[in-house]
Amino acid sequence: MEKFSNIRGIVAPIDRANVDTDAIIPKQFLKSIKRTGFGPNLFDEWRYLDIGEPGVSCDNRPLNNDFVLNQDRYQGSSILLTRNNFGCGSSREHAPWAIKDYGFRVLIAPSFADIFYNNCFKNGLLPIVLEESKIDDLFQSVHATPGFEMAIDLNNQKIQLSAGENISFNIDGYKKSCLMNGLDEIGQTMEKKEIIQSFERQHKKLSPWIFEDLVV
Amino acid sequence: MGTKTLYDKLWDSHLIHEDENGNGLLYIDRQLIHEVTSPQAFEGLRLSDRKPWRASANLAVADHNIPTENRDKGIADPVSALQVETLVNNCKAFHVPYIPMDDERQGIVHVVGPEQGATLPGMTIVCGDSHTATHGALGALAFGIGTSEVEHVMATQCLIQNKSKNMLVKVDGQLQKGVTAKDLVLCIIKKIGTAGGTGHTIEFAGEVVESLSVEERMTVCNMAIEAGARAGLIAVDEKTINYVKGRPFSPKGELWDKAIAYWKTLFSDADAKFDSIVSLDGNSIVPQITWGTSPEMGMDVGEAIPIAGKEEIENALEYMGLTNGGSLSDYKLDKIFIGSCTNSRIEDLRTAAEIVKGHKVADTIKIAMVVPGSGEVKNKAESEGLDKIFMEAGFEWREPGCSMCLAMNADRLESGERCASTSNRNFEGRQGQGGRTHLVSPIMAAAAAVNGHFVDVREILKAVV
Ligand code: SF4
Repeated sequence: MEKFSNIRGIVAPIDRANVDTDAIIPKQFLKSIKRTGFGPNLFDEWRYLDIGEPGVSCDNRPLNNDFVLNQDRYQGSSILLTRNNFGCGSSREHAPWAIKDYGFRVLIAPSFADIFYNNCFKNGLLPIVLEESKIDDLFQSVHATPGFEMAIDLNNQKIQLSAGENISFNIDGYKKSCLMNGLDEIGQTMEKKEIIQSFERQHKKLSPWIFEDLVV
Repeated sequence: MGTKTLYDKLWDSHLIHEDENGNGLLYIDRQLIHEVTSPQAFEGLRLSDRKPWRASANLAVADHNIPTENRDKGIADPVSALQVETLVNNCKAFHVPYIPMDDERQGIVHVVGPEQGATLPGMTIVCGDSHTATHGALGALAFGIGTSEVEHVMATQCLIQNKSKNMLVKVDGQLQKGVTAKDLVLCIIKKIGTAGGTGHTIEFAGEVVESLSVEERMTVCNMAIEAGARAGLIAVDEKTINYVKGRPFSPKGELWDKAIAYWKTLFSDADAKFDSIVSLDGNSIVPQITWGTSPEMGMDVGEAIPIAGKEEIENALEYMGLTNGGSLSDYKLDKIFIGSCTNSRIEDLRTAAEIVKGHKVADTIKIAMVVPGSGEVKNKAESEGLDKIFMEAGFEWREPGCSMCLAMNADRLESGERCASTSNRNFEGRQGQGGRTHLVSPIMAAAAAVNGHFVDVREILKAVV
């Protein structure tokens, strides 16, 4: 996985709670067997006025100009500010794939849905959880200042605002190190092969029925 | 000892290792696989030259993309066809057990797992699908994961997880006639909210939950994810054991005896501590209908449509084409969908058929369809003559699959169409762009089909007696 490096970027606001993964990337795009290429269809139903189809270029599709990401001031944004329970619903990892492919690197919200939150880390995306009141303040700043930027310093767990103000955030140590070092989690787990095998032997003694092969 | 919740017991018995941050390495007993969230995982294995740790611990079936009619003609959409073909080829290449599309055991992965005995009490079960929570109804720790995790489990038979908090949802009393497990779970979601269970495993308990059949329990656990919880759980009892007995992949002989001795320990100890407890009175639950675009936007049948005020409510009402304060029964329905991993099991079809029997689907309904959860459910229903009841009333009787639950195949809502659906998500566009979904129980959907709009199914049941 690609390492997460500190970034500075424009913040785009999606002022809506419970943004679900169906909205992030609609089902028709889930038919792809690849991990890439989902960016143009991120928030497809909100972003375009017509219905998107997989494999069809988005270049000439009519844009919904009311949608935040289509507004000039948010072009090139790499930080997404949003509300509670972002990424709820379906477990589709296509959601973080699309978000990353679009160009976002950091998501900030008061809470994320569990599966989505985990999926972010596997894809070099940093989801940051902040208190609701801080989120409210950030929304205000973003709305008030075109081109509002932030810098994210993962190592020191700090968000630096243009005003020179800092906000710190919490993150699990293991997840942080995976992001910072771009670690391959499977490789990491494979290093524990012997512990897994010894657990498996024990487990098999206690619950042998689990180890019956499924013969279809 | 003696102070563990069911979740604690399942967690502890599968915990291989815990790091200093509290991340557990958890052993996974069973992985279920479908065509949508697995291709990139198999590709990942291939790219890094890895093999499945224990290929036969996995079970794959295609369900999301497949057509529910004219299946002998194959999959018309080439993109869908490629995805299913990719699953077939991957399973072959990696020796993963696969139930083919034309096999009578084929169906929605969460219906097939328990039905075949691939889902057993006490197991850790994962699938690249959020409704994996369903399997918790059998006292298994089951949750949805992302595609990278599918690959991780395939390669290592393990998953890195943080332990969640314990939540108990206790429902005492008794459900009234005409009130189902679906109404119960919609009520719970309405009460705690779609983020209420985030970071928690929810155990459902109490007299009402004990009185439910295993199929009904699956309906409840299925929607734990709609309350934000990755996993829902119900303690093992006699019903669970009877349900598992004799299934194709269930243990037999000596193994069976050993297994049930262990399964009988799968309950929360009397003095176990929960981080939060939510209580509901089962007697007061009535049939539920969702009016909005989130499963928590539900109401009692007969209740007025909420008054707009908050932006969220306003947006939802606008999308749903509803006027605040009005009655939902004034709105004509366009489509009826009885199916999905929430409500496509034999009992769901039986109870819906009872309502439909001797009636006709209202003229104003464009399509009413029943999509059984699996080939086995379909066969069973046909042997009981349920297919005839539905078809005589004007329902379409389809082949098993996810179908209009998420409209990845040809079954979908057109923009503006209103649907009574027994599925689990009423998100914008879930059943087709611009489609309007009202989540209900199978009997509420059946009653709506014959009336053309929502009615209180309890009234119909009264008339039947
Ligand atoms: S029936 Fe619906 S919710 Fe269930 S697995 Fe299929 S798409 Fe997902």
